[in-house]
Amino acid sequence: MNVTGTAHKVGDHIDTDAIIPARFLVTTDAKELGANCMEGLEAGWVERVKENDVMVGGVNFGCGSSREHAPISILGAGIPVVIAHSFARIFYRNGFNMGLVLLEIGDDIDKFSDKDEIEVDTATGAIKNLTTGVTVQAAAVPPFMQEILNAGGLVEYAKKKLA
Amino acid sequence: MGQTLAEKILQNHTDQEITEAGQIVQCSVDMVLANDITAPLAIKSFKAMGAKKVFDKDKISLVCDHFTPNKDIDSAEQVKVVREFAEEMGVTHYYECGEVGVEHALLPEKGIVGPGDIVVGADSHTCTYGGLGAFATGMGSTDIGAAMALGETWFKVPPTIRVNLTGTPKEYVGAKDFVLNQIGRLGVSGALYKALEYGGEVVDNMSMEGRMTIANMAIEAGGKVGLFPVDAKTLEYAKQAGFSGGVAMTADADAVYEQVLNIDVTDMDPQVACPHLPDNVKPVDETAGLNIHQAVIGSCTNGRIEDMREAAAILKGRKVDPKVRCIILPATPSIWKACMSEGLMEIFMDAGCIVGPPTCGPCLGGHMGILAGGERAIATTNRNFKGRMGSLESEVFLSNPAVAAASAVAGEIINPAKL
Repeated sequence: MNVTGTAHKVGDHIDTDAIIPARFLVTTDAKELGANCMEGLEAGWVERVKENDVMVGGVNFGCGSSREHAPISILGAGIPVVIAHSFARIFYRNGFNMGLVLLEIGDDIDKFSDKDEIEVDTATGAIKNLTTGVTVQAAAVPPFMQEILNAGGLVEYAKKKLA
Repeated sequence: MGQTLAEKILQNHTDQEITEAGQIVQCSVDMVLANDITAPLAIKSFKAMGAKKVFDKDKISLVCDHFTPNKDIDSAEQVKVVREFAEEMGVTHYYECGEVGVEHALLPEKGIVGPGDIVVGADSHTCTYGGLGAFATGMGSTDIGAAMALGETWFKVPPTIRVNLTGTPKEYVGAKDFVLNQIGRLGVSGALYKALEYGGEVVDNMSMEGRMTIANMAIEAGGKVGLFPVDAKTLEYAKQAGFSGGVAMTADADAVYEQVLNIDVTDMDPQVACPHLPDNVKPVDETAGLNIHQAVIGSCTNGRIEDMREAAAILKGRKVDPKVRCIILPATPSIWKACMSEGLMEIFMDAGCIVGPPTCGPCLGGHMGILAGGERAIATTNRNFKGRMGSLESEVFLSNPAVAAASAVAGEIINPAKL
């Protein structure tokens, strides 16, 4: 799948309270959570986002709570891909389970600035900065996690196992 | 080749041979946990998976502790979903109403989790049970939904950072200070994807409660688990709590560690994590004099009876500054009861504290202690992210219970030794 959209760059250690503060956790509805995405970083942050835009995070993106509402709110905001220097462990697992594409690129993250146009090939992990012309390659997804993705996420994977 | 504690426990729960860090293994689980925020999503996923029953009704814990007593209609609806699921599945360990406590204080106390277990929970502080020698870790709701259905999950075998705590601590310095100091040294992503394993004479002499306080904050350094050896003290605690099973367990002498961190606690002062990350740690004297509006003493980090005693020792015969809301939340009903029978409640009330029911409320900015813009709190909780306890323009400082209590009295952050 190819995703082309505008980069929304955020800093290092973006925590799950920034992504979706606890006061919004009284619902599991993706649209409602999406409407409040990054509300803990900046009021009204989500208004700048259009469908298929890309979140660009720094070090340890998604640290903090296990709340799955965090990747759901990013997806609900219309963002299908997050690229980051690195991801916090629980968030990384949650992202895959929810079908949010997460690509880890280490220091290459500096090659992307806010508002750059970005094209992501989610199958190969190739990320092209259309604004600067630079292409970087994300770290490979471990085979077992690829298996979960190929099954269509953890729900589908478990469904097969239970059948 | 020798094994770390993490490797040993994982090996005991899988048929695959564990040979290296990074390997992915399927493991059976002994307990699966979710709360009133995360269980509704787990139940949604569980049903979407086509699951009809949980793998073992005795190995699921559902604890409604975050927005309870229900703060609004939406949270009441969420609890209803969890309650009805628990009834439908016949879940043994469902906790609500007067039975409920903060999950990570409640489960060890009830003997539901113990040494050698693998525990997965839809709450990032599930790592608390590492204090009891359990491989316990937080996951998202869908992972937990799958574990409730399958009774197993996958883990990437983590590399281990060994933390040796040595020396003799000063008065008013304890487990919370050791772990804050360690997070300050490693940074909030210093243990990303890794296990933390504790040892050293300080650990040998430490209470089970102190060990749980340290294990609780493994996630604050990015860690997957924070593991303590299972010694005679652990086995006695588990037995008293009614946990069946558990054997003594230490890492092999020739276990391979990715990193060894030695911390001599002898000259350590009480530590404070300043806004807005838990690794922004300073000795308390460097933060002294900052005025506060709220002190919170409780949570899965420091809401146990030892913490209540530590706070009461400071508050006895003193008054909380009239401009400060000092909120005390004993973490479980039995801790509440102990506070009453030991006379701590009287001390808290005489000092002018607000004593609340067991709840996670203020820690995550849920309810019962939300901060307004420009307000500053000192809390014995585990996170001080921007806006964590309320307004984005508020600040949270993390400390041990003695520092929080002393600061409530002084109206400003203070070293209890100087009160």
